[in-house]
Amino acid sequence: MDALQQYITLYRDHAAEVCGHAPEVLNRPRPEAFKAITGLDLPKIGAESFDVTSLPDMLAPDYGVNINRVPFAADAAEAFKCGLPNISTLLALVVNDAFRPTSSLLRNLPAGVTVTSLAKAAEADPDLVGRYYNTLAAAHPHNAVTMLNTLLAQDGLFVHIAKGVVLEKPLQIVNLLNPSAPLLTPRRVLICLEEGARASVLCCDHTASGSAPSLCCQVTEIFLGAGARLDYCELEESNSDTGRLCNTYASLSDDAELVADGITLMCGRTRNEYDIDIPGQRARCRIGGMAIAGGKQTVDNRTTVRHHSPKCESNQVFKYILDDEAKGSFYGSIVVDEEAKYTNAYQSNRNILASKEAKMYTRPQLEIYCDEVKCSHGATVGQLDATALFYMRSRGIPEAEAKMMLMQAFMADVIDSISIPALQSRLRQLVERRLAGHNDLCSACQDSLCQDNL
Amino acid sequence: MQNCDNENKKNADILGESDGEYKYGFVTDIDTDIIPKGLSEDVVRLISKKKGEPQWLLDFRLKAFRQWLNMSMPRWAHLDIPDINYQEISYYAAPQQKKEGPKSLDEVDPQLVDTFNKLGISLEEQKKLTGVAVDAVMDSVSVHTTHKEKLAELGIIFCSFSEAVRDYPDLVRKYLGKVVPATDNFFAALNSAVFSDGSFVYIPKGVRCPMELSTYFRINAAGTGQFERTLIVADDDSYVSYLEGCTAPMRDENQLHAAIVEIIVEDRAEVKYSTVQNWYAGDKEGRGGVYNFVTKRGLCRGEASKISWTQVETGSAITWKYPGCILKGDNSVGEFYSVAVTNNRQQADTGTKMIHIGRNTRSTIVSKGISAGHSQNSYRGLVRVAPGAEGARNYTQCDSLLLSQTCGAHTFPYIDVHNDSAIVEHEATTSKISEDQIFYCNQRGISTEEAIGLIVNGYAKEVMNKLPMEFAVEAQRLLSITIEGGVG
Amino acid sequence: MQNENLLEVRGLRAGIGDKEILKGIDLTVRPGEVHAIMGPNGSGKSTFAGVLSGDPRFTVYGGEAKLGGVELLGMPPEDRSHEGLFLSFQYPVEIPGVSMVNFMRAAVNAKRKYLNEEPLSASEFLKMMRQKRAIVELDNKLASRSVNEGFSGGEKKRNEIFQMAVLEPKLSILDETDSGLDIDALRIVAGGVNKLKTDKNATIVITHYQRLLDYIKPDFVHILYKGRIVHSGGPELALELEEKGYDWIKEQNQ
Repeated sequence: MDALQQYITLYRDHAAEVCGHAPEVLNRPRPEAFKAITGLDLPKIGAESFDVTSLPDMLAPDYGVNINRVPFAADAAEAFKCGLPNISTLLALVVNDAFRPTSSLLRNLPAGVTVTSLAKAAEADPDLVGRYYNTLAAAHPHNAVTMLNTLLAQDGLFVHIAKGVVLEKPLQIVNLLNPSAPLLTPRRVLICLEEGARASVLCCDHTASGSAPSLCCQVTEIFLGAGARLDYCELEESNSDTGRLCNTYASLSDDAELVADGITLMCGRTRNEYDIDIPGQRARCRIGGMAIAGGKQTVDNRTTVRHHSPKCESNQVFKYILDDEAKGSFYGSIVVDEEAKYTNAYQSNRNILASKEAKMYTRPQLEIYCDEVKCSHGATVGQLDATALFYMRSRGIPEAEAKMMLMQAFMADVIDSISIPALQSRLRQLVERRLAGHNDLCSACQDSLCQDNL
Repeated sequence: MQNCDNENKKNADILGESDGEYKYGFVTDIDTDIIPKGLSEDVVRLISKKKGEPQWLLDFRLKAFRQWLNMSMPRWAHLDIPDINYQEISYYAAPQQKKEGPKSLDEVDPQLVDTFNKLGISLEEQKKLTGVAVDAVMDSVSVHTTHKEKLAELGIIFCSFSEAVRDYPDLVRKYLGKVVPATDNFFAALNSAVFSDGSFVYIPKGVRCPMELSTYFRINAAGTGQFERTLIVADDDSYVSYLEGCTAPMRDENQLHAAIVEIIVEDRAEVKYSTVQNWYAGDKEGRGGVYNFVTKRGLCRGEASKISWTQVETGSAITWKYPGCILKGDNSVGEFYSVAVTNNRQQADTGTKMIHIGRNTRSTIVSKGISAGHSQNSYRGLVRVAPGAEGARNYTQCDSLLLSQTCGAHTFPYIDVHNDSAIVEHEATTSKISEDQIFYCNQRGISTEEAIGLIVNGYAKEVMNKLPMEFAVEAQRLLSITIEGGVG
Repeated sequence: MQNENLLEVRGLRAGIGDKEILKGIDLTVRPGEVHAIMGPNGSGKSTFAGVLSGDPRFTVYGGEAKLGGVELLGMPPEDRSHEGLFLSFQYPVEIPGVSMVNFMRAAVNAKRKYLNEEPLSASEFLKMMRQKRAIVELDNKLASRSVNEGFSGGEKKRNEIFQMAVLEPKLSILDETDSGLDIDALRIVAGGVNKLKTDKNATIVITHYQRLLDYIKPDFVHILYKGRIVHSGGPELALELEEKGYDWIKEQNQ
């Protein structure tokens, strides 16, 4: 059966069950999504922005969808070994798409901060959730992944920070995929920061060892009110049997600031789409991305930043190191409307190919319809700087170590701009381990490496 | 001749007074052999018959035509291309001359000579710029080629495509369609089916062509399209610099120009190909103008061979062209230097393709886009490094300058690297013209309009410097004229 | 008793690809000596420094180069460094993202490991860095920055001598250390080199001009021309060269 059709059929035949186990707010847009997705052709490899990701292949396996909400067991130890050492976070677990708070999270959430299951929130306060839910995603009826998610999503995460509230501690969400049979998880995330609110959200994506192949199809919608600031970091440490199709939509009001980082350390096939809409004035947005891929992994980042209003800034920095037969793609656009005067927009994609078989596709794009702008982009594909390598060796640093230091340095600016300091140092260690060829990243926490903070 | 032509001629004459307008917009009133509008297999056969072509060439055309029927127009460019009715175009128009074609300039219709004189292209060799040989093409056929004999002494072949088919069929057959296959794209297939004339150049082994070779293209007749082909072959250790210029009368209707240029460069040979494209761009409201859909590609087949494209694109209502280099020979070099200026309602989507196949191949891309008025100007370029292209190196610099609040400047690079020893760098910036610079000029007594001309010329200098002397002056003037009235 | 000669170069031929640059160099340097190598542009001075330190751009065609009796040629550059060879680069490369501290710590501990010594603790290391910085008056701020990134020309050269102080080489090669330096920076850099001089180590100063030799006094001066040492003498040779210019060498070697 056609890769996409199997899910359309699933919905057609089981709409009552899908809707029966989900709140009304999530059910409301399903008919529209069904209409949009029916007859949609999945882009093939080589289609615009799909140089390494084959949606027909990724969606082809006969995945199950947990439409009847059968609970999954979650091994807490498995999930929480990711915990960041030395920093206290507000921790919650999302198993596939089911939210599981920790008791400390429930105890420590300050007033005005909601972190809960999307389904529960939609039942408890349908007006609030309904005001935001799907309002950004609905604008993308040709995006098969988004439409599939809207069609099937039943739960996920809801974060709401009330006006003026500042969440001091970072919120850490451990997303765990642990299916016992091949599973497609349509996970939905909604993050709303009202006027002047602030928060840091760190999402760590893991696949439990021993779980069946799975595909995570996630749609995240982020709303930043006037002057709000969100630091949003996604860290993927899954495995080669995991597919990830993750579309993030954000809308920024006046003076809002979004810092989003997508870090791919271990994956199977990953595609992240970021679509950032900036209707507000003087808003700022930075998207950082980092990928280290080996084996037959593919990492694909697609970004669009749309400037509609004056005096906004956006900056995108993506860096890849590709080894073995890994394939990487970066397809990023900056669109500056006629009205968006005094826009500063910058985009950079730098890549290192570390093996003969690795392949990189990069398409940084500028679409500028306004003359009062400063926009630029740069892209490079190459190797480590041979002169620097010799310089270091001439000072006695062995070649392998020198290369490691240069690769670390290559990734440094992405890591340095992450706003949670403890996460920075943790990431440096994870990157070092990853570059040294350690695949079991999470066990790193038990190692002395993490304690050594020099 | 049709009435509207006379009407246009009047307009053109009036406008000709004003320096800022398109000064090549006149129409030559000459009897033209135009075949009826429409495109079919019979038309393809008719064109071939009129040109007295051998069977193999007719077969080539028919094959292309049949493929074309199954193709559709490319829509991926950042262009708003109206539907084109291919049955409303006449595919062959020739200024009426003696059957045999002119043996010397004396036999060329004086009105044709006048036309080219008016365009600044003298066919009279004694008056000509020394060091340039010209092949003048009006509508579908080559009118006259200068300096032929002198070139022949060196073994250089420079003639119209039709003559080449007649006199050097083996050479033409060997190379035709080898770089741009008939089915390469929609417009290439169309050209391959109906191409009428063009230029053919062959530089023998070890010969450095002592003068610039030049083709001047002129669309004259109404309701016609121009479909010429250029084929340049540079044998081992040879060198040639080739120039191409184009103009068309001002007409309210759109005219289609779908050309093909193929270049083959053998061991250690070099071809430098320069274009100043100044087809009629349409009026301020975007009425009329030439649709310029061109496929240009060079194959660096030989070791250490080199192709250098330089283009100054100021004309045409819509431009769709990506002169590329296939760097197959080890150590081969590809270059692309481009200035693309758009004003009023012009649209341009232009850039290059650099395909690195051989080892240690190098390519350089310098693109300067200038947008004014309500125009849209896009750079689109592909750099591909194939798995075997050890040590490949590319550097791309791509700048866009915006001169008005209503225009657009876009950059779409495509970079595919399949070899870990390659180094590919792309940098691009988009900015508006510096007010500080304008004020500085103003303070020194230079008007804003003039200052912008100066600044824009400075901005484009890196590319202009690559043009042969004879073209550079003209190109600079064109640049200033094109942006007039488009600032603000 | 170890070999009395610190550096012994015999019949060294090398170049880039198949383009021969060094056409047979012989040079002996004993502990405590300062040698100057002078020569016109393109004579092969920097190539000589690069070949000795193992720059992969150069290919060695023949000859030998022993440091303290150990054959250098064929050794990876890091091991040559551990053996006591130091090159002060003419154009020290900028390495964004690698801090000076991490860089030097990696270098110091790699050498200690090579010599089967325990790595320095963080506090010992930082203490050593402080001491050595004083020798070339290197600002503490520079040490926390990325290697050479954003350093002025003078700062880069001081940083080179600072690294030399930290690594305590047996033989230092200063490749055009004076280029791009003003007189104050030159004095500081030369002062650092002189402070580090002992009767156990030796220095090769590569320079185009006599100027640097006013500050770092050579015991021997060699003139390199077209890949060969065409003249060797005492300090007076440098003065003679300064007076007569390089055309004198060119004429003599037509």
